[in-house]
Amino acid sequence: MTIFLAIILGILFGFALQRVGATNPQNIINMMRLKDLHLMKAIFFAIGISSTLLFLLMSIGIIDPGHLSVKSSYIGVIVGGALLGLGFAVAGYCPGTSVAALADGRKDALFFVGGGLIGALIYTLIYGSIQNTWLFDTIAGGKVMLATGSDKFQALLPFMPGTLLAAVIGIFFMLIAWKLPDKL
Amino acid sequence: MNGQVNWFKGGLLLGAAFLFAVIFVKPIGVSTQFVIADGIVWNLFSDTVVQKDPGSKTGYSSPNAYLNKSGGKYAKSVAHPINYSFVFVLAMVAGAFLSSRLGGPRPTEQDRSAPEIWRQRFGQNSTFRYVTVFFAGVLVLFGSRLAGGCTSGHMMSGMMQTSLSGYLFALGAFAAGVPAAILVYKRN
Repeated sequence: MTIFLAIILGILFGFALQRVGATNPQNIINMMRLKDLHLMKAIFFAIGISSTLLFLLMSIGIIDPGHLSVKSSYIGVIVGGALLGLGFAVAGYCPGTSVAALADGRKDALFFVGGGLIGALIYTLIYGSIQNTWLFDTIAGGKVMLATGSDKFQALLPFMPGTLLAAVIGIFFMLIAWKLPDKL
Repeated sequence: MNGQVNWFKGGLLLGAAFLFAVIFVKPIGVSTQFVIADGIVWNLFSDTVVQKDPGSKTGYSSPNAYLNKSGGKYAKSVAHPINYSFVFVLAMVAGAFLSSRLGGPRPTEQDRSAPEIWRQRFGQNSTFRYVTVFFAGVLVLFGSRLAGGCTSGHMMSGMMQTSLSGYLFALGAFAAGVPAAILVYKRN
């Protein structure tokens, strides 16, 4: 059953990435040099609407909060994010879009994925020697989310009702998506 | 480009993918599967990299500290490649292929080597593009693993859950990526 879901959900995600133009590195590069914000608008809208619905559906018991998986916050998240940002800006691919772009017959995506396998291998090999360094110092307690809504993860703003907070952030994101200009 | 949907429809599609994934299973993530793919190949040539270990939480362990992390979670996935997260990423290729066949945007032959903006800036030589993109891939996956997730897992899934890590990751990625893109490709 989970393998069936993996196939259906994976197809949906790959379909969405291709159809919105995220497998086209031109769109990513133009987003990063702030020329064409089409993708950024789509991303803001996607996060905004999925977050709002996620917390609403959790609050009425349709989504199991046990399905949430909040990642830890530590220095390496920012450093790693910056390294990703550099490669993302130059290549126009991130891990997910490069894999989906293989289906477009993009040869540069193939080289990106090849490099990615090497990068992941290098990390796998050196992890043992960096795991106790400052890179893994947690920020604000590690696995935290802004809104309440799950027993597994701590809320940073526990005095606010989680559903309301998430909906406010979500609607704000949707407004950004709507108001951002298409092209600069 | 022809066949590409606008931000509204595209955002709905993407949002649906992220929401349905968390409704039925768990939040979407991709970059871990590069490690699993490496591990699967490694495991073909090594008898010791992944071992059955009744003492570990998942029943598997590895002498490699990363594969052994979280009670041998990655070691277990390497030992059983037909698992949810790995099949999910393989299915993404099928989904993108379907979209492309069913009226989605289609790149030209030249686009398949390098996007237009690259060709304008650096010319038609594909080898230079391939070499650069290869090293960008090394950097991106190294960075993703250091961060513990990529654009899918941290930025989209993370911010959807209002996870602090998602915002930190997006901050790092755009603070480095936007100046880099402007420096490399210029604004005009």
